[in-house]
Amino acid sequence: MFRSIISGSKATFLNGVVSRQVKLVRNFYSNRELMGFSEEQMQLQETIRQFAQNELAPIAADVDKNNAFPMHMWKKMGDLGLLGITAPSEYGGLDMGYTAHCIAMEELSRASASVALSYGAHSNLCVNQITRNGNQKQKEKYLPKLISGDFVGALAMSEPNAGSDVVSMKTRATKTSGGWVLNGTKMWITNGPDADVLVVYAKTDINAGSKGITAFLIEKGMKGFSTGQKLDKLGMRGSNTCELIFEDCFVPDENVLQDVGKGVKVLMSGLDYERLVLSAGPLGIFINSSHVISIMQACMDNVVPYLHQREQFGKKIGEFQLMQGKVADMYTIMNASRSYVYSVAKSADNGYTSRKDCAAVILYTAENATQCALQAIQTLGGNGYINEFPTGRLLRDAKLYEIGAGTSEIRRMLIGREIFAETD
Amino acid sequence: MDDDTSDFGSFYEADNEDETNTIINMSYKVLVPVKRVIDYAVKIRVRPDKTGVETANVKMSVNPFDEIAVEEAIRMKEAGFASEVVAVSLGPKTVQETIRNSIAMGADKGIHIETGTADLQPLGVAKVLKKLAETEKPNLIILGKQAIDDDANQTAQMLAGLLNWPQATFASKIEVDKANNSVKVTREIDGGLETLSMKMPAIISCDLRLNEPRYAKLQNIMKSKKAELKVQTPQDLGVDISNKIKTISVEEPAKRSGGIKVDSVDQIVQNLKKHALI
Repeated sequence: MFRSIISGSKATFLNGVVSRQVKLVRNFYSNRELMGFSEEQMQLQETIRQFAQNELAPIAADVDKNNAFPMHMWKKMGDLGLLGITAPSEYGGLDMGYTAHCIAMEELSRASASVALSYGAHSNLCVNQITRNGNQKQKEKYLPKLISGDFVGALAMSEPNAGSDVVSMKTRATKTSGGWVLNGTKMWITNGPDADVLVVYAKTDINAGSKGITAFLIEKGMKGFSTGQKLDKLGMRGSNTCELIFEDCFVPDENVLQDVGKGVKVLMSGLDYERLVLSAGPLGIFINSSHVISIMQACMDNVVPYLHQREQFGKKIGEFQLMQGKVADMYTIMNASRSYVYSVAKSADNGYTSRKDCAAVILYTAENATQCALQAIQTLGGNGYINEFPTGRLLRDAKLYEIGAGTSEIRRMLIGREIFAETD
Repeated sequence: MDDDTSDFGSFYEADNEDETNTIINMSYKVLVPVKRVIDYAVKIRVRPDKTGVETANVKMSVNPFDEIAVEEAIRMKEAGFASEVVAVSLGPKTVQETIRNSIAMGADKGIHIETGTADLQPLGVAKVLKKLAETEKPNLIILGKQAIDDDANQTAQMLAGLLNWPQATFASKIEVDKANNSVKVTREIDGGLETLSMKMPAIISCDLRLNEPRYAKLQNIMKSKKAELKVQTPQDLGVDISNKIKTISVEEPAKRSGGIKVDSVDQIVQNLKKHALI
């Protein structure tokens, strides 16, 4: 933050005049005291916050408007050490846990949700999956470059007709000498247009249900692999999304992630998951709820200064009780959500994973984030309805998580069914 | 940051290769004192008893000018001029965070002078730094020009006086001339820029535009947590750091009261006369 002031005018800093927005981002709710972070985690948060606010926040509106990912950010994130938080240090990672990863996600997303979405697809879905499931050779080949930011990573599961119902996927991998031949298409793939390495799921045995799915490591430029047109999305614009097309794409045996037929296990990050509801998404999906929290935080970051600036009837609108009620509700829900996210993260760091909580935390936070963004627009009134202000973007971004990586409906089904089953 | 670093190497290049080797072998050391201050973005509140400002539960960070000093020292190391960068801070145990921050940025070593209190004054600090200069034998001491809490702007000057070393304050550019064991410093002064050349060892205090400090890499932050710091007390060094200046009272600046609108110049004059201002 200080850096941005340095690059501004000296007089600005010396007079102690710091713009209101900057001040708030720094001071606003030091929730880390509430979250019980370690000193290490707090410093991590502080560094990433500075980085995100200086490097990312200024370009967030343009990223959304132009629907183009700022490719130079990959290298910058890599240099800082953001891309392999959960990866081993021998490959350039940080050897840290899910809590640290959530912190990174939250701070990046607070500056730009769409860049953070791509960051999540890269660092969680791709890097973390290779870290957990790749063999020595695969890790050595892919992790260092993914972690340094030289490579972009992605994961591909969904298909035009297989979203929540993953087992109905049509992409087929047929055994051939020395490897597999992939045919089919994948849809809504984050980082698809840019990815150098992709974890792609395909059916290797159509009769084996969830046990007939295998994860493959696909590289850009493999013969028979191409990407479709970049999708024009409602929100998360700038996080590049596209269709992947496989036409007799040969993949060598060494690029099978884990074992043949273990795709679902890979997807669920090691949980032996019998029931065929993959739709809660990968276990690490709860990382994305920290993404959602930060959208709420970004709502607050926009709303609170406005309460001070905007005057009606000779008063700042923040003096009106209805506005105070609104911001109180937003604050309370944000922190309740955040507490749930970090509880789940902490328990995951301690080796405890709960499928229904992973689904519940993203269900709760995603729906609240959309509502929070709507309230932010309402607070800004006429200004909230024009695109010069970021609240509209926050709403469009927030809506994704009621749909992406498992819909709210599927999550409810999963949680309810699980509770019923375990109390039977 | 990027723009600054790209052409930075040239600052520290020697003309003559043989000279360079000799100098490198001399293992130049840079000492950088760093201070832990209330974060620049925090709204400062005066303590109810008026003895000072509230520091409890307030976000603290490295004095921004000191961060610039650390950055400059690290760049000297990267450019092959300095071989070791030592960060030092005085205060209670909490200042170790500040030292570790410098280590995460790239400093090699940290010294913590445990004083038990953060209530220190420039003269006491300068005396301690003088002692350290004698034991650590740095070729350069680079400091922030002032700390943003008390804005004293005295430590560098006092230290130069105590050591009887040449000094250049408010540096906006530093060029090391290895061949002549001297350093050329461009200073920001009221009338413009002034360039000084000094023999080393020397003292430099940094101004805002000297450089833009880097982000510490996350890997280095983690590593810096485990770095061993050398801890000493002023007693160990035989220095009296007691404060020589007594603070009687700390007050908040007077609040600005709203003005009034007037319709004519006559009214302004009338009001000024009324309040005996003209």
